[in-house]
Amino acid sequence: MESGPPHRPRRGEEEDGRAMIPGQFEYVRPASLDDVLAILRDREGEAKVLSGGYSLLPLIKLRLAQPGLLVDLRDIGGLDGIVETDDHLRIGGRATHRQIHEHPITRQRYPMLVELAGGIGDPQVRNWGTIGGSVAHADPASDWPAALLAIGGEIVCRSAGGERTLDARSFFVDSFTTAIEPTEVLVEIRLPRRPRGVGAAYTKLERRVGDFATTGVAAFISLADGRIGRSGIGVTGVAEAPFAATEAESVLVGGAPTEEAFRRAGEAAAAQSRPAADIRGPVEYKRAMVAEMTVRSLRKAVERALAYA
Amino acid sequence: MTTTHITVTVNGEAREADVEPRLLLVHLLRDVFGLTGTHIGCDTSNCGACTIHVNGESAKSCTMLAVQADGAELKTIEGMADGATLHPLQQAFWDQHGLQCGFCTPGMIMQAAWLLGQNPAPSDQEVREGISGNLCRCTGYVNIVKAIQQAAGQLSAAESAPVVAAETTS
Repeated sequence: MESGPPHRPRRGEEEDGRAMIPGQFEYVRPASLDDVLAILRDREGEAKVLSGGYSLLPLIKLRLAQPGLLVDLRDIGGLDGIVETDDHLRIGGRATHRQIHEHPITRQRYPMLVELAGGIGDPQVRNWGTIGGSVAHADPASDWPAALLAIGGEIVCRSAGGERTLDARSFFVDSFTTAIEPTEVLVEIRLPRRPRGVGAAYTKLERRVGDFATTGVAAFISLADGRIGRSGIGVTGVAEAPFAATEAESVLVGGAPTEEAFRRAGEAAAAQSRPAADIRGPVEYKRAMVAEMTVRSLRKAVERALAYA
Repeated sequence: MTTTHITVTVNGEAREADVEPRLLLVHLLRDVFGLTGTHIGCDTSNCGACTIHVNGESAKSCTMLAVQADGAELKTIEGMADGATLHPLQQAFWDQHGLQCGFCTPGMIMQAAWLLGQNPAPSDQEVREGISGNLCRCTGYVNIVKAIQQAAGQLSAAESAPVVAAETTS
């Protein structure tokens, strides 16, 4: 949704030289989603949606984003449900990381979502940060995109003109850039309901608790007669945007779930990554960690698929 | 410049203010209401020094706008003690030497209070995870964990003690 972090203000550029005071903007807190959508349509390009605020407000304080109008979703009810239908697990865009982490449905059948949600930021962030906000924000090192890419998630966006459902694999376009339109609100994350014989896991490498991922790998596996039917691998933190490790997926399909297969998939995922050297490590290290996290997630995903046969 | 009129309840008391939408909640507390017990540390939602309760949930008040809190119930460190009697967490930080410079303490105590509300008998590991959004650069956390455990013991003892006993000891 952002057009990338374009320009970090230099000292003295802002008033008083105090970088952490946000610039001026208008603020509205509509009572209905229809009102939100009408505002987004009428003020296209100026208005930005505010959910939990834990991604957007730091950007505004750093003046990496300077929206003219913030449209707060706080009073919009009905956007934070977590329900299972015949085909899907549907998570409302306003569901907090903590709600997902603690919900009985995820606790029972979706251990990957539980471990992923519980590893985001810290307790305060999880109390307020929402899955919709995080996915729409699309930080290149955020956790949810990896899971959505791995398990075939869909993103439901609504505008005044109607609703559309986007595949996760065409959603994360670039750093802080998604296929969502400025007039749309992300209303729901839709995941396939978990059938028998399917397991998934997310392994995140972080320098310390609460840090963004150095890299994180989500793996999804379906098993039939001791062979891998379908596989999905989502990788975050090591490219301009989270991506599906399609080479690694092809390596796995049709084969037995062996350590050797995991290793080859890990190497393929590492080869497909495009990490940048930064404070979290050099390129070679990050590639090696992508391979290792892939192997660890695959092991756990297979264990879970076997336990849920 | 347009302002928005907001009403919040702070430590049980209704307060009103006309604020710019860009005013951060922590600045509302400190600069408008004069409640300077809530500290500003990193200003980037890392350190947790500004942690307060918003509608009962712990939040970093440097990462929330004052206008977002319109209608909310806020609790800050100033609302913890009961008159001259320290809250069990405050007393425990004193007893266990859970602070050195004290800068992180208000946020640490507010986060610990939220944690104990969620989990009245946490393990040391759960305490450490519970305060993972609060940085302390002095103590090494050992005495902070001890303090939170002392308060957990006292709070749950107070909860399970017969009413008569609680009254006679207070």
